[in-house]
Amino acid sequence: MELLIKNGVVYDPTNKIDGEVMDIAIKGNKIVDKVDEFKAYVIDASNKLVMAGGVDLHSHIAGPKKNTGRMLRPEDHYKDFELKTKVKRSGGGYSTPSSFIIGYRYAEMGYTTVIEPANSPIKMLHCHHEFRDIPLLDKACFVLFGNNWFVWEYLMDNKIDECAAYVAWVLNATKGYAIKIVDPGCVEAWKWGDVEFLDILWGRPETIDEPVPRFGITSREIIRGLCKVNKRLNLPHPIHVHANGLGTPGNYETTIDTMDCVKDLAEEDRPIMHMTHVQFNGYGGSDWVNLRSGAYEIMKYVNVNKHVAIDLGQVIFTDTTTMTGDGPFEYRLHRLTKNKWTNADVEVESGAGIVPMHYKRSSSVHAIMWTIGLELALFAKDPWRVFMTTDHPNGGPFINYPKVISWLMSKEARQRILNKIPKRARTKSNLESIDREYSFYEIATSTRAATAKILGLKDKGHLGVGADADVSIYDIDPKEIDPSKDYKKIRKAFSNAIFTIKEGEIVVKDGEVVKSIDGRVYWVKPDLPSDLMDAMESELSEKFEDYYTITMENFQIPERFVARSTPIPAYYG
Amino acid sequence: MKGFKATLLTGRSLKQGMGKEISKTSDRYKESVSICEVHPKDMEDAGLKERDVIRVTTQFGSVIVKCVPSDHIPKPGIIFIPYGPYASALIGMNTNSTGMPTFKGISAEVEPAPGEKVLDIRQLLTNLGR
Amino acid sequence: MATFEDVVCPICGCLCDDIVATVEDNKIKGVKNSCSISATKFLNYHKHRLTSPLIRKNGEQVPVNLEEAVEKVAEILTNAEYPAIYGMALSSCEAQGLGVELAEEVGGVIDNQTVTCHGPTALGMHDMGMPTCTLGEVRHRADLILYWGSNVEESHPRHLRRYSVLSKGRFRKEREERKMVVIDVRKTASARPADLFIQIEQGQDYELMSALRMVLQFDEIEEESVAGIPVEKIEELAELLRNCEFGILFFGLGLTMSRGKERNIDAAISLVRDLNKWAKFSIMPMRGHYNVTGMNEVTTWQTGYPYAVDLSRGYPWYNPGETTFVDILRRGECDAALIIASDPLAHFPKDVAQNLCKIPFAVIDPHPSVTSLVADVVIPSAVTGIEAEGSAYRMDAIPLRLKKVLDPPSGIYSDEELLQMVLEKVRSMRG
Repeated sequence: MELLIKNGVVYDPTNKIDGEVMDIAIKGNKIVDKVDEFKAYVIDASNKLVMAGGVDLHSHIAGPKKNTGRMLRPEDHYKDFELKTKVKRSGGGYSTPSSFIIGYRYAEMGYTTVIEPANSPIKMLHCHHEFRDIPLLDKACFVLFGNNWFVWEYLMDNKIDECAAYVAWVLNATKGYAIKIVDPGCVEAWKWGDVEFLDILWGRPETIDEPVPRFGITSREIIRGLCKVNKRLNLPHPIHVHANGLGTPGNYETTIDTMDCVKDLAEEDRPIMHMTHVQFNGYGGSDWVNLRSGAYEIMKYVNVNKHVAIDLGQVIFTDTTTMTGDGPFEYRLHRLTKNKWTNADVEVESGAGIVPMHYKRSSSVHAIMWTIGLELALFAKDPWRVFMTTDHPNGGPFINYPKVISWLMSKEARQRILNKIPKRARTKSNLESIDREYSFYEIATSTRAATAKILGLKDKGHLGVGADADVSIYDIDPKEIDPSKDYKKIRKAFSNAIFTIKEGEIVVKDGEVVKSIDGRVYWVKPDLPSDLMDAMESELSEKFEDYYTITMENFQIPERFVARSTPIPAYYG
Repeated sequence: MKGFKATLLTGRSLKQGMGKEISKTSDRYKESVSICEVHPKDMEDAGLKERDVIRVTTQFGSVIVKCVPSDHIPKPGIIFIPYGPYASALIGMNTNSTGMPTFKGISAEVEPAPGEKVLDIRQLLTNLGR
Repeated sequence: MATFEDVVCPICGCLCDDIVATVEDNKIKGVKNSCSISATKFLNYHKHRLTSPLIRKNGEQVPVNLEEAVEKVAEILTNAEYPAIYGMALSSCEAQGLGVELAEEVGGVIDNQTVTCHGPTALGMHDMGMPTCTLGEVRHRADLILYWGSNVEESHPRHLRRYSVLSKGRFRKEREERKMVVIDVRKTASARPADLFIQIEQGQDYELMSALRMVLQFDEIEEESVAGIPVEKIEELAELLRNCEFGILFFGLGLTMSRGKERNIDAAISLVRDLNKWAKFSIMPMRGHYNVTGMNEVTTWQTGYPYAVDLSRGYPWYNPGETTFVDILRRGECDAALIIASDPLAHFPKDVAQNLCKIPFAVIDPHPSVTSLVADVVIPSAVTGIEAEGSAYRMDAIPLRLKKVLDPPSGIYSDEELLQMVLEKVRSMRG
């Protein structure tokens, strides 16, 4: 099928197109140079905003902890439900939406690619099961490696090549996309409930050099080791790091130390580390009473150090569900809030925790958290390395993205909230003094172009010839609107795309899903020298059943069980 | 021979587990679920011998099964019937708004029933209305 | 002769994945690593099979062809106001997903065996959360293993050896490094390997857990005994729990089926939560059927709720006690049912079973069951995990691939294929 989007106001930062009125031509599932106007289906996009489909690089949408979160919170589903229609399955859930609904809601906002950022290798099949039931989105899943015994043993022996072979084997076996590191060292310590050790690591800058009891490896060694592995494997995405000390006053120093610990490994001007949901790791002060924003210090570092990229983890004032591979953090949150708590430690490699959370405007702590996310974005000199997320659902459900966009684009919109938060919170951050407002070009960068780029998805996030025909059209005339004043219109427009086009098909029209199609699942298929792989595999097979309670054969997921499997090669060297 | 009052427990047993894997229509399955484990002292007091036929009655129903002495039974006054259509005949349908009927801890009466026959599964179904 | 290794056992929630099956002439000649229940299934699954689709006419089930049977099932479901689709804890996740879709299509209730096993556990989890772990964590770390209301040796025969007391872990190599405690009303076979067996009064689990929580908080108990156990013994147990490094509480239907039901689970989770102040402590339900966990997972990601989901309103609605299969039958609201790989007439209370007998219902099952004997339609299916592949979730929610080691008898299809046929038929009938 051919499609022609005529006269749209196009923002395509990858191709340096900044609000130009132009046509976008689509043939099949690709953007092409031109199509026959008389044969093609024509969408008149005059005075409308046109961007590539949104690309979210960090949103908990599938897998065991997502589903356990759903199971934990029936109350999250009672009020927020959607009816079955001719094209849609029914479902529900606000912070823990059921799988079909995730696809519909993202597509309705003009998003077409979303990454699940943390799954245990041994439970990856679960993630692929849910991927099958998330329509309209291309997906991929990051795999947890930061607390993995095999990885640690290789790194402690300084066997980077063998470690790389192991990581490659796991990515291939589980059909994962990138190396995720969550609270390195601490998850293992938490499996013993080792609160003494965790207290040391919670929010003290020197902590990344604290040896993990019973093993002796440090957080610095784990992160550096996996960073080297990542470079050796030439994976499309850099190591994706959830730093130590998340959610602890004073943790911003740990965050900077963590970013700095791989600085010497950088070679070119491109990020080798993605530091995720930095808001949760951007706290100054020494306790909850004197908590302040650490965003300024963090961005001072990020702005001059091109080896790192970050995403926000913006907080929304709402009821949500926190869920993370950081089990020890969730235990602390449970003790702090007394809210119900699920923990799920996973043998050999990882863990997880889930606690419901209500961020309140009236709480100083929550209000400071809210300012930090925005500060991070507004202090950013280079939007190509700072991405908008809410770490769905940790900071708030993804359907609140349009709110975040409006805060970034309008000082007035921010001020309205600032006027309502506690005075103390206002003095603990710089947000009120920041005048900057994002342009459409910068929004397109932060929500599509830059995220696609750092994911290494070359055909995503832009509208150049050869790109995937994933396009969103919003009911805004960028030439007319003043986002600074009309932020409510911005919010409304980004909530419901007038068109979302996925692989050349119109899937959303006037903000409603009109067609449901399955998305691809990307995973990385590393190519390594066979002698290296063989040696590693034979060593692995000796230890495998001593460590795991399933066999090595059953750990591996055959490709036919992955919905629309789309492997991406990576070349060792 | 005389009857006695007891608390009924139902549950899984290895024989029931294996019996159902042979076939729900097999004699082995029927044998494994149409029994009632009784404390040896209760057996003695009631004048029952192993595999004697007894009638177990609760406020919800009544069923004929064979009694077997069991040292798993903690003390007199407790009886155990494995999950299956015989146990189900004695369970009430109130779930206390949970979906789960009370399968364990039901007041029951046990009485010897010489001459009565343990129904086969077909006959139980006839009693259910099919 | 062919040998299949790493076969996943389709019996209980242990989902042992190391079974070796030897196949000759499309028959399983032998199995290795199986427990007694597993071996019984692998070596006997082919006997006593349903061989032909059946439709009940004038009280007699008569053989029909598959097409006719599928049509009849679709007709029963389509003509109903409030049908239910029930079962599938002994089926693949792929079939389970289709079951949910079918329930949505016909506007009925989708429910499964959870309702009469760990339904109260789900309710307890909604209230409290669930600090848990995978079984490998227990194997590597646990020095205190507590089975409460679970006769593990008879319900999950390899559990001790593979995952718990008798397993070898990274940090626990010898049996002596672990303590096993069993709390039960009966001195079952599982009491034998225990270091400590505590015999509790029936129906007093909540009381004992409350007493333990009090003792742990150093509160004084003014009674001499609770739940039939002297207070000194309760104090001794509390010390044992408090002083371990890594403890795990495995609980069975002894808690969910007794007086208190989900309140017992609340209490158990509270106890474990408290214990985390002193030790690492986790809790895990001993799930029975091999893929009942999977059915909860599938139902949850597709609808948001783990079982008893009412789709008659066009969106998922969940209220156990109201939307549970037992209760909609109890109240006589359900007017048709499709039962897949389950035997409610054997396991539901008599009066509930009687109500099921009053409405038209169909059964999809590889084997004759109490329920299939009198069903209005019976469709034989392949044995999942032996004759059909698919996914299943272990009791600790680790997903595994069930293998197909040999072909089903000719003309026999998997649950997944059959449900797809029914779904298509329903759609074509509804137009």
